[in-house]
Amino acid sequence: MKHWFKSGSPWIWLTAGAVSLSVIMIVGLLGLIAVRGFSHFWPAPVAQIAIHDPRNQVEETLLGEIARSETVTATLAREAGHVVPENLSVVTRYLIKQGNREQVSSDFVWRFDLGMAPFTYPKGVYAIERRTWGDFYGFPVALQLEQQHWQATDADFAKALNDLLEQSHQRHQAITRIERQDIGKINSQMNALRLQQRQLELDGVKGRALLEAKQGIAQQEQALQAEYAELRTQLDQLYSEQEKAQLRMRMMNGKEVAIALADIVAITMPNDMTLGQKWAEYFKQVGGFLSKEPREANTEGGIFPAIFGTITMVFIMSIMVTPFGVLAAIYLREYAKQGVVTRLVRISVYNLAGVPSIVYGVFGLGFFIYFLGGNIDRIFYEAALPSPTFGTPGLFWASLTLALLTLPVVIVSTEEGLARIPSTIRQGSLALGATKSETLWRVVVPLATPGMMTGLILAIARAAGEVAPLMLVGVVKLAPTLPVDGEFPFVHLERKIMHLGFHIFDVGFQSPNVEAARPLVYATALTLVTLIVVLNITAISIRNRLREKYRNDSD
Amino acid sequence: MKVTSQLPSREVREKRRRIRSLKDNTSRFGITAAGYGVVFSLALIFVYLFYEVLPILKGAEITPVAQYDMALVTQEEPSAQVLIERYQELGVNFTQQGGIRFFHLDSGEERLHTQVSLAQADTVSSFAAAESLGGLVAYGSASGKVQLLRPDYQLSFPNDQRQITPGIVYPYGEQPIQLDPQGAAIQHLSVQESTRGRPAVFVAGYTEDQRWLLAKVSTRENLFTGRATQQIERSELPHFAVEPRFIRVDKAFRNLYVAEGSRLHYFDISQLRAPKLIQTVDVGEEITALEFLVGSVSLVVGTETGGLSQWFPVRDEQNAYQLEHIRSFKQHPGAITTIRPEYTRKGFLAGDSAGYVGVHYATSSRTLLLKQMAEQPIEKLAVSPVNKAVLTFSGEQVQYASLWNQHPQLSFKALWNRVWYEGRSDPEYIWQSSSGNDEFESKFSLIPLSVGTLKAAFFAMLFAMPLGIMAALYTAYFMTPKLRGVVKPTIEVIEALPTVILGFLAGLWLAPFMEHNLPAVFALLIGLPLLMVLMSFLWSCLPRSLKRLVPAGWEAVLLVPALVLFGWAAVASSPWVETWLFDGSMRQWLTNQGITYDQRNALVVGLAMGFAVIPTIYSIAEDAIFNVPKHLTQGSLALGATPWQTMVGVVLPTASPGIFSGIMIGFGRAVGETMIVLMATGNSPIVNFNIFEGMRTLSANIAVELPETAVGSSHFRILFLAALVLFAFTFVLNTIAEVVRQRLRKRYSSL
Repeated sequence: MKHWFKSGSPWIWLTAGAVSLSVIMIVGLLGLIAVRGFSHFWPAPVAQIAIHDPRNQVEETLLGEIARSETVTATLAREAGHVVPENLSVVTRYLIKQGNREQVSSDFVWRFDLGMAPFTYPKGVYAIERRTWGDFYGFPVALQLEQQHWQATDADFAKALNDLLEQSHQRHQAITRIERQDIGKINSQMNALRLQQRQLELDGVKGRALLEAKQGIAQQEQALQAEYAELRTQLDQLYSEQEKAQLRMRMMNGKEVAIALADIVAITMPNDMTLGQKWAEYFKQVGGFLSKEPREANTEGGIFPAIFGTITMVFIMSIMVTPFGVLAAIYLREYAKQGVVTRLVRISVYNLAGVPSIVYGVFGLGFFIYFLGGNIDRIFYEAALPSPTFGTPGLFWASLTLALLTLPVVIVSTEEGLARIPSTIRQGSLALGATKSETLWRVVVPLATPGMMTGLILAIARAAGEVAPLMLVGVVKLAPTLPVDGEFPFVHLERKIMHLGFHIFDVGFQSPNVEAARPLVYATALTLVTLIVVLNITAISIRNRLREKYRNDSD
Repeated sequence: MKVTSQLPSREVREKRRRIRSLKDNTSRFGITAAGYGVVFSLALIFVYLFYEVLPILKGAEITPVAQYDMALVTQEEPSAQVLIERYQELGVNFTQQGGIRFFHLDSGEERLHTQVSLAQADTVSSFAAAESLGGLVAYGSASGKVQLLRPDYQLSFPNDQRQITPGIVYPYGEQPIQLDPQGAAIQHLSVQESTRGRPAVFVAGYTEDQRWLLAKVSTRENLFTGRATQQIERSELPHFAVEPRFIRVDKAFRNLYVAEGSRLHYFDISQLRAPKLIQTVDVGEEITALEFLVGSVSLVVGTETGGLSQWFPVRDEQNAYQLEHIRSFKQHPGAITTIRPEYTRKGFLAGDSAGYVGVHYATSSRTLLLKQMAEQPIEKLAVSPVNKAVLTFSGEQVQYASLWNQHPQLSFKALWNRVWYEGRSDPEYIWQSSSGNDEFESKFSLIPLSVGTLKAAFFAMLFAMPLGIMAALYTAYFMTPKLRGVVKPTIEVIEALPTVILGFLAGLWLAPFMEHNLPAVFALLIGLPLLMVLMSFLWSCLPRSLKRLVPAGWEAVLLVPALVLFGWAAVASSPWVETWLFDGSMRQWLTNQGITYDQRNALVVGLAMGFAVIPTIYSIAEDAIFNVPKHLTQGSLALGATPWQTMVGVVLPTASPGIFSGIMIGFGRAVGETMIVLMATGNSPIVNFNIFEGMRTLSANIAVELPETAVGSSHFRILFLAALVLFAFTFVLNTIAEVVRQRLRKRYSSL
């Protein structure tokens, strides 16, 4: 025993334990996100839960998905007002997602397993994903289209439902297209006309010229109004068509509910699916998640705008940060006199990588948005004032702030790349009569490209995951339009964007229905983690390959 | 055969050389410019933050705009009150004889002259003004009546030019209110208007036959007819034989203050039918001015020697109110003649008999300016509702001046010391930046935020430091290279993990999990290290043949299943332990012990943020340990030291600067981290180190409040100050770390 202690072995094991613990936590964390994130898309079976608990006067049958279960002490259950038999010290409770939010008090309910019969999974249950009010679980009764009726027992019920649903989806798409694109375009043109008129007043155009210009504007406005009216009638017609078809569903408690087909996104029958069908449905869900827009205050639907916003922002940031970072690194390494000042500058630049990101956000808000943006508005967008164009958080300022934030990363990485190039190569080039710039651009920089790539990738990974500064400089919970679209000038630098990281914060912490949003947050987190881990692993492998390469060269 | 030169001609060569040299210079210039640009833009961050914070330090400034003699300010008709209208175009002078004169501020030219409407034979005997924001004033008459009126400004825009038309309105009817049913002249008067609920006015008066009258006038509008009916509730103070100098009643209709000589009497009139004297305090000097600050909670008392002090009622242990002296302000050279509170802040201006005007602020106890404006005593003062202009009356001389007084709330004392806020029983550290109404006293103490920041960082470091350093020791020194090649990048990748993900997991998964499994959490915190040591002992007891199966350097792998198993067991047994030891709920048990428990607390933050910091510490410490020259350790081992002795005696001392620098950088990261604390704490700005309560950090506070604050306001600048503090703090930490690391590198290369 004494010998064991003196050998230091307990301490070594303790340090070993620290490594194991760290790795377990990391694997556990990634595993947790992966399991929760991936399982979100799996078509979960719909359980029928019968509870017969005379002690608590609970007598009900529920239909829904089992979200999760937990074990609590009997004391807690008793404190919450439940009658628990004396001999039990712990009880299990289940969180049941019963959906049907507009029909019942709460779409997620906790139930103790006291008096709970084993779950059954009845065939023929419909799980309906709706555009509003969340999911619906129940049994089909009938389908109705004006005078036509199909009973659920009819042979052609499934086919009729499918066809009608398909038509309804097409109409829905048409409506979205008209509302978003066509009417959106008219709106932006009207707005442009309004600005034009205001600009005329600001320019001090007077007399005949003003009158003529105003007439021209009025004419264009009228044309737009007419166009709008036409679209409006189209829309009205589509909407009235949409309301005609209805699906009658029966809930577990026997109540019948009519659901407009227009309100249905998809119908699945999870209890009747084979494993193959389930996988097909799974991948369909994943695809939908990545490509669709969010619904219901971001708690349902997809995250496409967030992915798109993140990528656009990171892209613009890269365009700004790469040249500056690389040139600055070349300056520090190749041109600057290596003295005390350069050393101080270098340390400062390195240290900026450790400055809290929120500080950059504060700077971006104060300097970029209020100062630069405010002045840009005053000079170029006077007509639109007092509503700000660039004097408000937006894509460009978010990208610029992040460019500043990631500048040290790119500089450090590029410098490292430059430092690894053996000086013999430089000397060789110079000895052959090349000028300094020729040596630099033809020999040194191409060799250092992998270092720059590493820096850029690390910068992108950092930018993609950063949220705190973005909350101040341009990210919103719901952006009505994407920052890139078909309207001139195609990339709208002043628009606000959605962002994956902020989406997680917003949906997880500021959504009205946390329980419903939870799986979505995990799925979003999984997307973000995957993106960032892949980027980082790429950067690390490039760096390692680079190291190997120069180790051989310099030998 | 003549060999022709392959070289281009001389001219061409020269031209090419010129072009090359031009390119060289361009490139040099461009790169240098970019380098300077980057350095400049990074320096700009610091400069800009500083520039935004700087105005905080500035005091107030008064710049004279116009000076004129106004015929209407005469000895025969002295002014009772002067007010400035919110567009700073017009002023209004209420004279003690009942004249109301509107005039242009920059010229003194009269715009409108009217007289308060009273019954024909009646004359004005006293004047009172309610809080400036509402603008209500009252004239008491010789027949015991009170007339309530308000200056009123109609805005119109003929030809896009703003035009202000002044006038007088009688919001409680043109018929004066009979304050004294017996009809005695009112010598002193005080009036306040309620801003909450139904319109109501409180009037207190002192009559020439020494009676104290109280009246509450409320109006009720009939929903259907729209007709307003008036109700008057009257009461009288019990006999109280003093000759008052000032009477002041507050707008909550609870407190009445009477100043007489050097004494201040404090009455409780919340029971209108039974008013009672609570307290009489002696200020020590003759009181020459008495005014409420906005909100009518605090009284500012001015004395004959120029002293200024703030008083308000404070609730004691017995729930009774006592008038307390809160703070004094810088002394004026002459007797205080007039005090004017600001409209929406707890600041005030004071004028004295030596012609000085002082700009003071209550919360921060700052005197921002004390300036002589006239040779003669300042008789009346007015400040504009937006705090941008001042008007002074001294003799017949009127001065109109512009005022810069943007950030009086902030002072070193207000930010870092305990401050006695209105309505509190003691001086305290409070952060409460904004509220819905104008009377709110902003509470800008940075102590709760700084303590919160340090608390979060402390618990994070408590968790991350041992784990990170020990893991680094093992990986760098004991672990087999094969395993190290996997473990090191795994831990380092986590450094890039977005903290929003850690924050969300901490807030939505870890916090409820810990709340339900508290015993498991403590079992793990205490049990895991013991388990590791126990495993070591068990391993040493195993027969040699078994031990040989797993060579040294793989201990970490052996431990993984043991740790996982223990973790699972701890969680699974948690409810039973809770039932057995803590009566079924550890949380409740903690509460019974007097420990507050929040679901999102410092323990959650410590774990989550510690997790974020581990890779930082680990990575730097591991590099430092791994790069300790091999001949040192080999020498030590050759001399017969055990691996652990070598570690403690040789490796650690050599690498300790590197480990220190890792800790520094990790600490810097923990201090500035935003998303984790934002999501995993309740963000309540409290001052304590209880591990089961939350906190609010500087960074989270910025993220929460900056988007909502008005640009350029004091609150805005204080958030910039918070950012600057964070910036400077982490910058210094990182610089120390970097310098230490460079020294270490030099030392290694010389070893």
